[in-house]
Amino acid sequence: MKTSEDFQAAAEEKRIYDAGIEEGAKKLTPEKIRSVFNELMQTEGGARLEAYTKACVHCGLCSDACHHYLSNDRDPRFSPAGKVKQTIIEIVSRKGKVDADFMKRACEIAFTECNLCRRCMIYCPFGIDVAYLMLFVRRACHQLGVVPQYIQDTAHSHAATYNQMWVRDDEWIDTLQWQEDEARDEIPDLRIPIEKEGADIFYSVIGPEPKFRAQLIYQMAVIMHAAGVDWTMPASQGWDNSDMCMYTGDSEMTARLKKIHFEAALRLKTKRIVMGECGHAFRSVYDVGNRLLGWKMPPLQMIHAISFYSEIIEQGRLKIAEKFDRPVTFHDPCNIVRGRGLHETARYVINQVCTTFIELEPNREHNYCCGAGGGVINCGPPFKNKRVQSNRVKADQLAAAKKKGAEVVIAPCHNCHGGLEDIIRHYELGLELKFLGDILYECIQKE
Amino acid sequence: MHEIYQLASGILVWVALIVFVGGTAGRLIRMAITARKKDAVIYQYFSFYYALRSILHWIIPFGSMSMRARPAMTLVAFIFHICLIITPIFLAAHVILIAESWGIGWAYLPNAVADIMTILVILGCLFFLLRRIVQRDVRYLSTPGDFVLLLVVAAPFVTGIWTYHQWSGFEIAGIVHMLSGELMLICLPFTRLFHMALFPFTRGYAGSEAGGVRRARDW
Ligand code: HEM
Ligand code: SF4
Ligand code: SF4
Repeated sequence: MKTSEDFQAAAEEKRIYDAGIEEGAKKLTPEKIRSVFNELMQTEGGARLEAYTKACVHCGLCSDACHHYLSNDRDPRFSPAGKVKQTIIEIVSRKGKVDADFMKRACEIAFTECNLCRRCMIYCPFGIDVAYLMLFVRRACHQLGVVPQYIQDTAHSHAATYNQMWVRDDEWIDTLQWQEDEARDEIPDLRIPIEKEGADIFYSVIGPEPKFRAQLIYQMAVIMHAAGVDWTMPASQGWDNSDMCMYTGDSEMTARLKKIHFEAALRLKTKRIVMGECGHAFRSVYDVGNRLLGWKMPPLQMIHAISFYSEIIEQGRLKIAEKFDRPVTFHDPCNIVRGRGLHETARYVINQVCTTFIELEPNREHNYCCGAGGGVINCGPPFKNKRVQSNRVKADQLAAAKKKGAEVVIAPCHNCHGGLEDIIRHYELGLELKFLGDILYECIQKE
Repeated sequence: MHEIYQLASGILVWVALIVFVGGTAGRLIRMAITARKKDAVIYQYFSFYYALRSILHWIIPFGSMSMRARPAMTLVAFIFHICLIITPIFLAAHVILIAESWGIGWAYLPNAVADIMTILVILGCLFFLLRRIVQRDVRYLSTPGDFVLLLVVAAPFVTGIWTYHQWSGFEIAGIVHMLSGELMLICLPFTRLFHMALFPFTRGYAGSEAGGVRRARDW
């Protein structure tokens, strides 16, 4: 068994250089940390913070819930309560009297060793929300200007362009028209309706779709066309429903992003919003942004693509030409399963479209996180190896499904895709990864 | 000696009870007010139905995946908690003392049963202690206070059974019993033992968010 000294030594060896953290920390002084932190405690450190830090009985029942802990040889520093101990407990008990080195380490823990997946919350007898506490630390990091460089860059992009990927307004429209053009080779009367007032559905996607995965917009257009849906996408800001600011602790920016997204849908007088296959974006709109804006629930109905697929299949608007006949397995994304209970809906769609479905174990609310969510993958290359190593348990879980015959993994979330892709490659699992939309596109009757 | 006995069985009982009740209520009320100001979501999303649904799953033995994953811990924790709460309230000696001083009374446990339950509490404490030493993650999470607290919790039970059976030095044990029992009550609102009072709220809130907003199970 490894001792804590071994772990300490290994940690020193693995110290990762991140310019955002290092350069940010150079500008810190103990006084600044103290005053920023105390101000934050005054304004936002409330009953949840107190209850979560005080109710914890240090029992370790949350440890096995966390893939970071399980994948790092059960190093206790990766246990959920262990991360709390090293960060917020320390800051609170020292009343903010911590130094720049401490903040660097706290930043790395909060940003890269927790995916905010909330799995531990359903393993803790008290329902302690470690994700909330890690977000509190991230909020402090944001206010102190110590944030990993890559994710901060996406946050800057959000602030400057209202999308995550520095996509310019004309590039956005160009992309939609380009995808429409391409799709018309296949289906001559297909349209991607831009700025259609009064459409039934406002469809929004995340910034990386036009940037790297434009074929997903193409596929959705084909699905919309096949189901005869009256839909539209906006020509200007508000098209991007993603939100890295939610993960950098920049709540003000999150509120602005969600506001412009809702406003675009309202401006076009659409009846409801359908969001593409992304989990964090869904969380930001359904669970976080509305609250920051003072709405108990979103101001107009909004659903995830999974619910939308299920609806048009159930209504018989989408016909399956031929079922997908390779054995599939399904990765339940945190933000739409623990975050919105869409696990059965997803299984309904899969069973309608695929012949053979093999469950991952554990599954549904108990599925392990992909290791990429919560902004961790967005912290970029410096942390990639660490991220992949910190989710060995996911590789084992996928390998077990493969043993039972699974060939394809369905993950209806962009973050999960990114994470699983790296895991499948690194651990040489030889599984294919797909969105639900990829499979629908392949299997539906298009005309 | 006699003075300490008088103190421990007289005024200190009142002090302990008042600190326990007042401290618990005070802290909960203060948190409720803080929540109004800074955690508006708690009131907005709190749902009695979903709170209760979650709480029930977590106070029924093996009602959650987490408990099923650790059967030994679950078994010990339940037996420990039940005995810890039931024994002092329904102990014959306590019931009689209370009946004599305040004129109110209730049913009490046969002494042999109370003995067994007391021993179970002590064994529970030993189990927790062992866990804190042996299991690496729990050891890492433990603070010195956790060990002191285990002692504070075990002390009234060890000295209680000692006094009842009149083992040697039981006069002193009796005094230590009263003092440590009072100490435990006083500690309750201000230490980790406060988890007792926080449980319905943290679990209830988690259940409300999970059930009402996230439409998912949290057990
Ligand atoms: C009603 C009054 C309660 C009392 C007086 C009480 C008291 C205690 C005590 C004395 C301990 C062991 C001390 C320690 O490890 O430091 C303990 C441990 C624990 N309690 Fe409670 N408790 C109560 C309610 C609850 C509730 C409602 C839960 C939630 C399910 C809970 C969950 C736990 C857990 C998980 C531990 C294990 C901690 C460890 O490993 O040491 N307790 N409790
Ligand atoms: S990664 Fe998930 S399970 Fe681990 S501490 Fe964070 S929220 Fe909890
Ligand atoms: S399970 Fe809950 S109470 Fe136990 S150590 Fe983890 S966070 Fe603390």
